[in-house]
Amino acid sequence: MSADGHPRRILGRVLVYSVLAAVGTLMLLPFAWLVRSSLCDARAVVQPLEKLADFIPPTIHFENYREVFRAIPFFRYLLNTVIITVGVIVGSVLSSSLCAYAFAFCRVPYRKYLFYGVLATMMLPGIVTMVPTFILFRELGWIDTFKPLIIPAFCGSPFAIFLFRQFFLTLPPALIEAARIDGATALQIYARIVMPLSRPVIVTVALFAFMGSWNNFMGPLIYLNSQEKWTLQLGLNSFKGQTADQLNLLMACTVMVLVPVVAAFFALQRYFIRGVALTGLKG
Amino acid sequence: MQREDRRDFWFFLSPWIVGFTFFGAGPILAAVFLSFTDYSIFTRPHWVGLANYRELLFQDPLVPKALFNTLFYTVFAVPLGTFFSLMVALLLNQKVKGLPVWRTLYYLPTVVSGVAMGVLWRWIFNPEVGLLNTALRPLLQAFGLSDPKWLLDPHLAKPAYVLMSLWGIGGGMIIFLAGLQSIPKQLYEAAEIDGAGRFSQFRHVTLPLLSPVVFFSLTMGFIGSFQIFTQAYVMTGRGVDNSTLFYVLYLFDQAFRYFRMGYSSALAWVLFAIVLVITLVQFRLARRWVYYEGAAS
Repeated sequence: MSADGHPRRILGRVLVYSVLAAVGTLMLLPFAWLVRSSLCDARAVVQPLEKLADFIPPTIHFENYREVFRAIPFFRYLLNTVIITVGVIVGSVLSSSLCAYAFAFCRVPYRKYLFYGVLATMMLPGIVTMVPTFILFRELGWIDTFKPLIIPAFCGSPFAIFLFRQFFLTLPPALIEAARIDGATALQIYARIVMPLSRPVIVTVALFAFMGSWNNFMGPLIYLNSQEKWTLQLGLNSFKGQTADQLNLLMACTVMVLVPVVAAFFALQRYFIRGVALTGLKG
Repeated sequence: MQREDRRDFWFFLSPWIVGFTFFGAGPILAAVFLSFTDYSIFTRPHWVGLANYRELLFQDPLVPKALFNTLFYTVFAVPLGTFFSLMVALLLNQKVKGLPVWRTLYYLPTVVSGVAMGVLWRWIFNPEVGLLNTALRPLLQAFGLSDPKWLLDPHLAKPAYVLMSLWGIGGGMIIFLAGLQSIPKQLYEAAEIDGAGRFSQFRHVTLPLLSPVVFFSLTMGFIGSFQIFTQAYVMTGRGVDNSTLFYVLYLFDQAFRYFRMGYSSALAWVLFAIVLVITLVQFRLARRWVYYEGAAS
C-alpha cells in the first residue's frame, strides 16, 4: 500500500506531470501567439521566427489597441453586443427558472416524462429551424433589429431548464410545503423563496447565456444588416477582410473581443465548471 | 390542490411552450412545407413537389461534396476529441496537485468564440509565418519535407480543421472528470481485494461506469460537429476546390446568398434526417457497450 517512494511510482508521477505540462503548453501557445502578434508592428508580425527569442517582439506596440478604435467603430459594436447580451441573460434566467419550477414543484402526473421530452429537444439540430424562423421574423418586420436575437431567449432553453430543475430539487421540500400551507401562491413561492436561494445556478445559467450571446455569430449575421447594428463578432469578421497588411491590428481586435469572456470565465469558473460537469450526468 | 398544481404547471411552463411552438416545432413543420416549394422570400412560395429533393439527391454535385466534407470532419474530430479529452481527464484524476489550475488551463480555449478562433487559427495555419509551420519546420526539414499549406491545400484543409477542433477538448474533459469523480471509491477497493490490477480496474470498473458519459459526449459531439459553420465561414469559406464546403455552410449560402428558401429547407430537412438516423443508430449500438447502473429501471 505505502509504495509512494517506489522508483516506478515516482517515474509514473514524473510522466503524468510531464504530459500534463506538455499538453498545457500546447493549449496556451495559441493564446501566447495571439498576444504576441497583437503587440508587433505591421512588419514584425509577418516576419518568420528565426529563433525562439524572436517570439518576444523587438518593440512592443500597445498603440495597436488604440489603432483598432480608429479603424472600426469598436464601441458601437461593443454597445450593441452588450444590449443583446443583457437581454439574453435576463430572458434565459427568467424563463428557464419558471419552466424549471413547473418541473420541480408542480405535482402533475407524468411531469418526469414531459421533462425528458423537453430535454430531448436538445437533440434537434438548430439549423433545421433557421430558414423558417428567419421567414417568421421577416414577416414580423424584425429584420435588422435586436429582437430576433433577444426574444427567443425569453422562451427557456432545455439546458438551462435542466440546470435549474436539478438545483431546485436539492432545496428542502419542507420549505415549499410550509409556504404552501401559509397560503402562498406558486408565483410568490417562486419569487420569494426559490429564486433567492438559487444564486449559484442563476450565476451558472447567466454565465452560459453570456458566453452564448457574446460569441453568437450566425444569428447577428442573418438578422443584422446595417453596420451600426453590428455586434463585435460581426465587426471582427469584417475587420478580417480589410486588414490584409495589418494582422497586428486584427489580433489586437481579437484580444479585445476575447477579454470579457476570458475574464468572466476566470472570475466565475467555479459556477461554469459545475454547469459543464452537470451536462454529462443523467438527471 | 391537484387542480391548482396543474394550472400552475402549464402557467410556469408557458414560456417554453410558446418558444417550442414558434421556434421549434412550428419551424420544423414549416421546413417540411417549404422544402416542396420554390421560394425566394420576395415572391409567394410556389409548389414544386419533389423537385428540390430530386435536385439535391441526384443533380447538385455540391451536396455529396458537402456531405463528404462534413462526415470527414465529424468522423475524425468527434472520436479523436472524445479520446483525448478522456485521456486528459484520466490523467487529472490521478490525484494530481493543482487540479483547479490544470482544469482551468485546459478549459480556457473552449470559451473562445468561433469568429475569434477562426481569425486566430487562420493565422496559425499561415504556411509561411504561421505558428504551426514555424514550430514544425525543424522537424519537416529533418525529413526533407516542404512546408504544408494547410488550409490552402485541398488534402490538408479538413485535417487542419480536425486539428483545430482538438484545441477545444476542455469541454469534454470537464464532463469526463466529473463522471470519473462520481465513481464510488469502494468499487476500486473491492476490485483491488479481488486482485484486479490497475488496467483491469480501468477495464472493468472505470470504463463501464463512465460509458453513459462517453455515450452522451459522442452523441452531442456528432450533432454539434455536423453543424460546423462559423469557423469555416471565417477561415476558408468554401475553400480550395470546395474542400471545406461543409453542409451548413452550403445551406447558409443557398438560403441567405441565393435566397433559395425552398431548396435550403430541403437541405435542412435532409440534415435533420441524417442526424436523426445517426443518433438512433448510436442509441441502438449503445445497448452493446453502455452500462447503466440499475438498468432495469
